[in-house]
Amino acid sequence: MDGINVAMLNYVWVGMLITGFVVGMLNGRVEDVTRAAINSAGKAVELGIGLMGIMCLWTGLMNIAEKSGMMQYISKALKPMLKFLFPEIPEKHPALGAIVMNLAANFLGLGNAATPLGIKAMNELQKLNRHKETATDAMCMFLVLNTAAIQLIPATVIAIRTKFNSQNPEEIIGTVWIASVCATVTGIIAAKILSAVFSRGRRV
Amino acid sequence: MEAVKLVSSFAIPGIFLVILGAGVYRDVKVFDAFVDGAREGFATVVKIIPSLVGLMVAVGVFRASGALDLLLYIARPVASFFGIPSEAMPLVFMRPISGSASLALVSDIIEANGPDSFTGRVVSTMMGSTETIFYTLTVYFGSVGVKNIRYTLLAALAADTVSIIASVIACRAVFGI
Repeated sequence: MDGINVAMLNYVWVGMLITGFVVGMLNGRVEDVTRAAINSAGKAVELGIGLMGIMCLWTGLMNIAEKSGMMQYISKALKPMLKFLFPEIPEKHPALGAIVMNLAANFLGLGNAATPLGIKAMNELQKLNRHKETATDAMCMFLVLNTAAIQLIPATVIAIRTKFNSQNPEEIIGTVWIASVCATVTGIIAAKILSAVFSRGRRV
Repeated sequence: MEAVKLVSSFAIPGIFLVILGAGVYRDVKVFDAFVDGAREGFATVVKIIPSLVGLMVAVGVFRASGALDLLLYIARPVASFFGIPSEAMPLVFMRPISGSASLALVSDIIEANGPDSFTGRVVSTMMGSTETIFYTLTVYFGSVGVKNIRYTLLAALAADTVSIIASVIACRAVFGI
């Protein structure tokens, strides 16, 4: 998996650059392309600096949330869902705690806290796994939930919209929530159906 | 649909009040906690700037050369079949692969089309509602040495596809075209 992902971005990046330069030459837009390359480098730094303020504001606020125990609170609210999503995990197993904390961190947009918690959850799930190189249903469900994660506030997008002078940068919060809920529900249903299709009579 | 707009405009002030209230109630040193968290956000942004430079140069060259127009022309039938603005199509393909590349694309698309255009709103919604699938799968499965991921990618891509279509439908319903 690791190699595939790195290779993919490598190919996409080099592919875009080479296609760009070649098409630019054929198109008679050599100067435009050169100028774009140089300008974009500057724009990238500008974008980074433009994002900095709102990212600091947001991660700062979220750190207050974490210190006030809000993650534990959200985790508690999520608990009832877990029986349905992960029926094969024993009730008091530490995997459940790690999963729920990871989902809460994702929900609050705490990327830095979410990843170590997610890895902890995977390690706990692996202890329940009888075929160590094959994913269990619980692992699949956990990762699907992670890739379709619902985010409370899409801070990065709001920052970009602000930078390009949107009249109302946060107006997309509602549509983001709608789309994320649709995605999450689909992910859960798909995982449940596919687990039945892929199951070879193994529960954990 | 006015309700969705109302929720959007009250979301941020509401979250501020809830979190600050909880912090004070729980005796958290709120300002110190804020600064600690902000420092982490600052470091994260600094860390992604070099990859943003590489990716935005690639996106900039690709657009300026006319190669992007060519790609959009090819993708147009697929885009119009799903009602997706064709300018948003590059993001559809990039989003599952790389987070920082998507960030570079979103910034480029919003700059070219305007943040308050239909396309601008759709790419904003897409960017906020999906995650980088391949990265997440790589890190998490890699951490425990699982090689056979069974149906995970399939289910994740199903969710991703629905979030793309839902983004377009939600934007159309809430903002009109």
